[in-house]
Amino acid sequence: MPFVSRPVRSHSSGFALLLVSVFAGCSSNQITLEDLEAAADKLAVEDAAKAEPAVESGAAVPAESAVAAFLDVEKPKLKFGFIKLTDCAPLVIAKEKGYFSDEGLSVEVEAQSNWKVLLDRVIDGQLDGAHMLAGQPIGATIGFGTPAPIITAYSLDYNGNGITVSNEIWAQMQENDPELRKPQPKHPITADSLKPIVESYKQKGKEFNMGMVFPVSTHNYEIRYWLASAGIHPGFYNATNIQGTIDADVILSVTPPPQMPSTLEAGTILGYCVGEPWNQQAVVKGIGVPVTTNYDIWKNNPEKVFGVTEGWNERYPNTHIAVVKALIRAGKWLDEKDADGKLVNRQEACEILSRKDYVGADVDVIDNSMTGTFVFQKTDVRPMPDFNVFFDHQASYPHYSDCIWFLTQMRRWGQITEPKPASWYAETAKKVYKPAIYRKAAEMLVAEGKLESEEFPAADYDGYRPASADFIDGNTYDAKDPIAYINSFTIGNKEDTVLVKE
Amino acid sequence: MNWRGNALRFCEVSGLPVLEPFVRLAAGEDPKEQFVGIAKFVILPFFAILLFLGLWSLAAKSIVTDSGKLPSPTATWLAGKELFAMHTAQKAADQGKKQEKVVEAVRFLADAKKLERRAESANAADKKVLLANALVMKQRAVQSVNYIPTSAPTFVDQIYTSLKTVFFGFVLATLIAVPIGVLCGMSPWFNAAWTPFIQVFKPVSPLAWLPLAAVVIIWLYSGVDPATIILDDIFGIPVGQVKAFLISAATVSLCSLWPTLVNTTLGVASVDKDFLNVAKVLRLSWSQKLFKIILPASLPLMFAGLRISLGVGWMVLIAADMLAQNPGLGKFVWDEFQNGSSLTYARIAFSVIIIGMIGLVLDRIMICLRNMVSFGNPAPG
Repeated sequence: MPFVSRPVRSHSSGFALLLVSVFAGCSSNQITLEDLEAAADKLAVEDAAKAEPAVESGAAVPAESAVAAFLDVEKPKLKFGFIKLTDCAPLVIAKEKGYFSDEGLSVEVEAQSNWKVLLDRVIDGQLDGAHMLAGQPIGATIGFGTPAPIITAYSLDYNGNGITVSNEIWAQMQENDPELRKPQPKHPITADSLKPIVESYKQKGKEFNMGMVFPVSTHNYEIRYWLASAGIHPGFYNATNIQGTIDADVILSVTPPPQMPSTLEAGTILGYCVGEPWNQQAVVKGIGVPVTTNYDIWKNNPEKVFGVTEGWNERYPNTHIAVVKALIRAGKWLDEKDADGKLVNRQEACEILSRKDYVGADVDVIDNSMTGTFVFQKTDVRPMPDFNVFFDHQASYPHYSDCIWFLTQMRRWGQITEPKPASWYAETAKKVYKPAIYRKAAEMLVAEGKLESEEFPAADYDGYRPASADFIDGNTYDAKDPIAYINSFTIGNKEDTVLVKE
Repeated sequence: MNWRGNALRFCEVSGLPVLEPFVRLAAGEDPKEQFVGIAKFVILPFFAILLFLGLWSLAAKSIVTDSGKLPSPTATWLAGKELFAMHTAQKAADQGKKQEKVVEAVRFLADAKKLERRAESANAADKKVLLANALVMKQRAVQSVNYIPTSAPTFVDQIYTSLKTVFFGFVLATLIAVPIGVLCGMSPWFNAAWTPFIQVFKPVSPLAWLPLAAVVIIWLYSGVDPATIILDDIFGIPVGQVKAFLISAATVSLCSLWPTLVNTTLGVASVDKDFLNVAKVLRLSWSQKLFKIILPASLPLMFAGLRISLGVGWMVLIAADMLAQNPGLGKFVWDEFQNGSSLTYARIAFSVIIIGMIGLVLDRIMICLRNMVSFGNPAPG
């Protein structure tokens, strides 16, 4: 409610003395309700003396008969996990800017060493929730990897990843395609110039290794999409081969994001797909060249979500809404623009994220991609205002169609081993993505006057983004027809068209 | 004379022979002889450290890769100073935040009272909501006033957590290892039964134990109400971290109980036969024999084992922290490595030195304890 965020500090002047006098008498160090009441009564007297108008009347609670109920938060002390990536920003900003505490939440955020540890700790309850790969709640719910019902009501961001290759591979790609020798080559860069290199490795019997961050991560599907669109086979999964290396031209392996640059430098992998700031780290240290971003592979693709277990949501429904409210405000703060469309808060966000307990990379590495530009090479700095989208384009809404895209890719590469009917895709999306919670949080924010209702999807929106061909290969994705989408790829599992009708 | 004797005994028992020449010098003994001692224990190590710093500086100049470089001693020192400054600043900020929260609490309560007053004159439907809202405000007031800072643990906090974990794990290991060791030492049959386990599990690395320890601890705590967990009261472990704390501590125990076990067995088994014969002659009962003869006689070896155990435990803890995500020095090092910032390696180098110095202090404490129970046969430093 508005009076929650009203600056209490303005009153603080006379308070300090007042409080000391009241609390000096406390016997235990726990301050009880009675102690506070004594102080509050004194405050009421002070307020009356100042003849201040009743502050909250009309402002805090609407004068109509339907008084808005406050959220009764069940669990005020929370601990969330994150991985050191710039797209954990909404969690960090909601904490640092006091949006969590405005909701009565006292939140600790803790860096986790890798995605598997993070997921396990959410499942066994050591963490209340976490910054997750969009594929993690989906994979966990359908039982690929660690099975557990995980849901999401908030999408943390769109885009934000890049594919980087080592200097040596970049030089060979430049030999294959003279266009790439220009200081600012034409974008998007496809994997066509990589294909001959991969083939020569294959002829020599050498493995061509590339890194991605997790089997169900966006990065895995993006690098596969990018490779496959140039005819390079990234390998199939099946029930027994859970490394996804059947028929593979390129062997993809899991490396935790912060270790990507050092693994590339060590020569264990020749390229990788990862979130920021780990592509920019390669640029700044001069060990690799980002060739493309996922914005070029699919414009405004879903990336990270805020995931909790289904059981947690059932036990603490109001807490979940309060968390989503704070995250929405953080997302909006991150995407705040001035009249010229310049992102106004990003520099401050970079400074916060560079602290050692958050992302921890140097601030000039983080702001290379966060402040509206992306550095491909030192000669090639491009404006990319939508490289990180946290709120605009409804990026924070949990769209069913985003969930279904991941499911189609899981089926395309064989992580989902059995053919599924089209209806299964829609049902699974409803199991994992919970727009109702997001809606509730949005309604409350609108009622409190913190956001406008136009900033959220219309009330009759069904959760399916319109069909789009904004992909690097120009293929059209329509979430309402997942079977046809799976069948539209040259490389990938194929489905029986009977499934469309089921 | 008396103070001299006491001081020399202190040097011996505390395992600090460094101080001995100074004591003798102060007591007016032959200065020449003492200067030799000082040269050996003070001046020589001092120059050795200088030489090491010099070589380190040289190495720091040449060991440079694209993704990082070896930090110089100066950079390491500055990074360390900064870590401590960050700790102080964080604590001050937390304190300020706490005061702010108290002010906020009073404001919440005043608001709650206003809502209650409004409820008095409101219609029935509104009244219910208004009173519920007032209650929410009151709860928030209590919450705010008992606010516990949620800032990330600082370097100094991590040191404390690591120490707590290693002591807990070490005590646990001792409680398990000593009784079993005594039984093994007293009964060759019992010993024969245990030997295969000891031989197989002793060489296992902490990294292998950790996932198993994690499964057991998480199973133990599944369905346990966080409010009933007592560890957070005893050790000041935040409720959410008890599991991670126990996983690390259990790993430390599993790795560090073997030296104590083996040494206790040896100590008990090698009690002088004459002592045991005396016990027979005096017709001591089993428990009298155990507490009056066997345990006192085997204490020196037992403590030698405990000393090794604590050293192993401290080493293992750093690895366990890294993997279990238990806040502690290991997690600090791992997080810094993941940060990959320009300060990363200097901070890691500084924590390496701190880890080493804490290990040294722990070792000295164990030597001291061992010497105190060894009846005039101090261990070599």
